[in-house]
Amino acid sequence: MKVSYYPGCSLEGSARDYQESVEGVCKRLGIELVELEDWNCCGATAAHSLKHRASIELPGRNLVLGENAGHDLVVPCPMCFNRLKTAEKALLKEPTGQYRYTIKGNVRIWDLADFMAREEVLELIASKVTNPLKGVKAVCYYGCMTSRPPKITDAKNCESPVSMDRIVERLGAEAIDWPYKTDCCGASHVVDRPDMVFKMVGKLYQRALEVGANCIVVSCQMCQANLDMYQDKIGEQMGRAVYLPIIYFTELVGLAMKERQVETWLSRHFVDPLKFFGDQGLLA
Amino acid sequence: MEKAQENPLKVDPGFSDLVQTSASLNVNACFQCRKCTNGCPVTFAMDIYPDQVIRLVLLGQKERVLKCCTIWVCSACETCTTRCPNEVDIAGTMDALKEMAVKEGIEIPQPKTYAFHKAFLDDIGKRGRMFEGKLMQSYLLNSGELFRKVADGSIKEEISLGWNMFKRGRLPLLPKGIKAKKEVKEILR
Repeated sequence: MKVSYYPGCSLEGSARDYQESVEGVCKRLGIELVELEDWNCCGATAAHSLKHRASIELPGRNLVLGENAGHDLVVPCPMCFNRLKTAEKALLKEPTGQYRYTIKGNVRIWDLADFMAREEVLELIASKVTNPLKGVKAVCYYGCMTSRPPKITDAKNCESPVSMDRIVERLGAEAIDWPYKTDCCGASHVVDRPDMVFKMVGKLYQRALEVGANCIVVSCQMCQANLDMYQDKIGEQMGRAVYLPIIYFTELVGLAMKERQVETWLSRHFVDPLKFFGDQGLLA
Repeated sequence: MEKAQENPLKVDPGFSDLVQTSASLNVNACFQCRKCTNGCPVTFAMDIYPDQVIRLVLLGQKERVLKCCTIWVCSACETCTTRCPNEVDIAGTMDALKEMAVKEGIEIPQPKTYAFHKAFLDDIGKRGRMFEGKLMQSYLLNSGELFRKVADGSIKEEISLGWNMFKRGRLPLLPKGIKAKKEVKEILR
């Protein structure tokens, strides 16, 4: 299975654990990721906040690269996914000449979790599970960008997505249903308004603990960072100790398949997942 | 009545049309059901609610909406846009208003938020990709946060966070650039 791959900027930096686990797991599953040649940043929140035209043209350039490559385009970062989809819809709408790129719309853009939650991939994953994740009680936290708005993302059930839940279940872990799957973590406000993010993330922890989760599974590196990097501080504000490892779904797949590098990926987190998985007897 | 004459509200009757020009935002379809505000996760940080922003746009209250905090604290989670029964793109309207506020030189009530977005775009303009290390440096400098953090000692937390990222292999020291830098710079002009 050969697909084009758009990693996005943060996977080259702070989300190295995500990048390594995405690439490691896909390789193991026989999904060949061909990185788009000379891709550029999608512009993220900054572009759509300040420069509408650039917010379409930055991802638009990548779509042109994707069409030249010709395969389906797989995107692990929900923000990038959302911006690429937004550009796709805008550029296909009507050729108004408003934007500098034109596309044909013949390349399918996939959120990685959705791509992997298709039955054929799930079966492939299940066939490679040698370390069933017994004792892992996860809430899957999707955040905003792979779901909303559905007119852009084409999400089937934007209020209650199930892709990661389906993957997690196949790994032998328990996926606990909860109502905060797609609630916002505050995203990049962590830089300029950390007070807002701490409050929003605190609500997520509270609910995750109430429903009996012992970890939170994510597919977004912005969510991962906000939930992982300040957990002590946010717990302090909540007046209770919180220990909830924030795991990328790809890391979980790697762990269940006994992927060699999984401990390296997990060692990059702030809230130590190795202790958690060790206690469950899931580490080699 | 007298008071109103003393301090008349400035009304810009074409404002709602103007707000629609950059994208199809559909603000004129709003019938004030407030579903947007009820589902918004950041109303606690807003000075006026999302439904009020839309209403004020329709009433031509340009100055009031361009100066509000709401458009800047919106986290662009798109819940409002998703749930609106009339397909008003509320989150998109917040963006259009931010862009307009900057263009018109309005004093921004959330200067750090603006500084971060600005630093982000400047950073992409340099190499075609965003590089977190540099982005944070220029944000801290341009927002004035560096001086504040040095002055009140909280810079220690920033340094410790950076060190912890570095230790975990998550803070590369050298950025990656792309070949088509010029093209990206053009886009951002």
